[in-house]
Amino acid sequence: MTKSLNFKSLLISVLLLCALLLGWYIATLPQAALTANVDPEYAALMGGGAVKKSGMPTPAEFGHTLRERLSDPFYDHGPNDKGIGIQLAYSLARVLSGFALAALVAIPLGFVVGMSPLMQRALNPYIQLLKPISPLAWMPLALYTIKDSSASAIFVIFICSLWPMLINTAYGVAAVRRDWLDVAKTLEVSALRKAFQVVLPAAAPTILTGMRISMGIAWLVIVAAEMLVGGTGIGYFVWNEWNNLSLTNVIFAILMIGVVGMMLDMMFGGLSRLVAYND
Amino acid sequence: MSGFDDPFDPNIQLSGKGCSCGRHASQAEHRQDEDARISRVVESTVMRALFPHDETRRNFIRAVGAGTALAAVSTFFPLSAARALAADRAALEKTDLKIGFVPITCATPIIMAGPMGFYSREGLNVSLLKTAGWAVVRDKVMNKEYDASHMLSPMPLAISLGLGSQAQPVAVAAIENINGQAITLHVKHKDKLDPKQWKGFKFGLPFDYSIHNLLLRYFLAEHGLDPDQDVELRIMSPPDMVANLRAGNIDGFLGPEPFNQRAVYEEVGFIHTLSRDIWDGHPCCAFGVSEGFAKTHPNTFAALFRAIASATDYAHKPENRADIIKAIAPANYLNQPIPVLEQVMTGRFADGLGKVRNVPDRVDFDPFPWPSMAVWMLSQLKRWGYLKGEVNYRQVAENVFLATDARKRLKEMGLPVPASNYARYTIMGKVFDPAKPEQYLKSFKISRA
Repeated sequence: MTKSLNFKSLLISVLLLCALLLGWYIATLPQAALTANVDPEYAALMGGGAVKKSGMPTPAEFGHTLRERLSDPFYDHGPNDKGIGIQLAYSLARVLSGFALAALVAIPLGFVVGMSPLMQRALNPYIQLLKPISPLAWMPLALYTIKDSSASAIFVIFICSLWPMLINTAYGVAAVRRDWLDVAKTLEVSALRKAFQVVLPAAAPTILTGMRISMGIAWLVIVAAEMLVGGTGIGYFVWNEWNNLSLTNVIFAILMIGVVGMMLDMMFGGLSRLVAYND
Repeated sequence: MSGFDDPFDPNIQLSGKGCSCGRHASQAEHRQDEDARISRVVESTVMRALFPHDETRRNFIRAVGAGTALAAVSTFFPLSAARALAADRAALEKTDLKIGFVPITCATPIIMAGPMGFYSREGLNVSLLKTAGWAVVRDKVMNKEYDASHMLSPMPLAISLGLGSQAQPVAVAAIENINGQAITLHVKHKDKLDPKQWKGFKFGLPFDYSIHNLLLRYFLAEHGLDPDQDVELRIMSPPDMVANLRAGNIDGFLGPEPFNQRAVYEEVGFIHTLSRDIWDGHPCCAFGVSEGFAKTHPNTFAALFRAIASATDYAHKPENRADIIKAIAPANYLNQPIPVLEQVMTGRFADGLGKVRNVPDRVDFDPFPWPSMAVWMLSQLKRWGYLKGEVNYRQVAENVFLATDARKRLKEMGLPVPASNYARYTIMGKVFDPAKPEQYLKSFKISRA
């Protein structure tokens, strides 16, 4: 039963892909060039007959770009022209450092907020106020105060991935079952031991869910931040190719962003299965 | 320490102490020795030029003595000045520099100086960093992430006066390019060639403090349109201008090259007016440095100026343009199709209306930072309400546009310099006298001043 379900779903996926490629192919069929009665020099200056780099690429052109880019992902032709692998590595490094900083702050703070109803009430207004702020709204402020574009990008990742982790940690810690805490109290375990051996394992799945949401947000944010500050990274790559009005490369970058985002999400999915438990 | 030194030689110092080459006890001593060597090189060059045959030189020195020979040569060749000049080139305070640019053809001299070796000839190791927009350029210069940068020529005036940002002294060391912009309209407006029909149009512009904004406002006002009421002006980056033009979100733009030509090449727009037809020889982009950088690194700044000025002079000559296009087109720099750049740089281009036009000075390059141009920009910034109150035009212009410095250095390099720092300009038939900016300002019917 599952086997045939798997097969059917795969079949539909493949059919959808074929339909997409066919639609794309038809939509980008070559159109008539400049009419014949213009001055030949004028037609030449307008790129008459030549393949223009802009506009929607055909699937074949896209495939060519895909192969070319992926066959040499780590080339380095100077500060503004690096391979896709290097660009993704820059973006990932920024995301991971901002994310790690956020985890360092959010998880301990989430513990405090979750264990103490007083702190929860005191901090709640700030969390609610800061949570919905868009990453790009932070960017000018960060650039102005930090005075370093690379650090500003990391700060924006930090500030945006902080809240889901904080809220989920606080929720997970607050939702640990009362009777487990009562047992811990009866056994008179120390506060630290209670935190690490009772609360942390019980809250771990919720904390990881928070981290997974944060990672998704961080990956969304980095592209926008890098488009704004320029320099390196996948967001800069998108901006640079847009500057050349090269849609082929923009679509390629979008695909790469999707693939890497999916891989990050799968990684956290795997991690949360590791800490999951049934009671 | 040199790797070729014999480690068994008792006179050789293998430890990290001492100078950079290891031959001297201290860096100061090393520098002294280096200066002496540079002097020797200069003297040898001069003597070789004076006495092509070594036999003659040796006979001459034997006959009159070395001291007399030196004195004799010094009377007709300024040896000490040549030595000082060479030493000035040698002692750079900083050789690794970060220079920002926005990928448009206005940045040509700044960019080509990298791949064509103008920076390395001056002993500079420059990273050219492509930057996402003018506000980012401003912030990165103000934050000292960049040592110098490609800027729109009114930006240093705006930053120094604190318009749109905190005030911080930024100077124009040289003008990058003159002319080289255009008004491009959507192909659907082919029948609206008269600007009087443009009421209600939406126009794209690259930045508030740009020559583009000032020229477009001037152009519209001369045709009786109030740029703040009769049309809509929007700030956007040049590739967005082409895309928005295609989508019909804007009716036209006054933008930098190659995006006007790109709009024609994409068959979405036509070139209505070249900016040289509004003001022939107008400045566009500038080479900007913070005053702090120029003051703390005078020799580096001088070397940088020489590199940029010689690149600008090289770009001015039409016969070099083909090589320049090849140098600036790759993805690391402009990332643009060569046929588009060729039309921009040679001035033989398709105008989008079916004609081939030939305007060799469509884009030109001239480094001299005229304070009179700054006075014009200040008058227009005041005209449109960006700058309020009393303005000491001359003082601001001369503080920001470093004409005196540029004049001295260009002369040293043997490049032409104008006789004075102030010139009159004829802009759309109206004469601007830099001595009377207030009077000029009062002569406009449409004005916010």
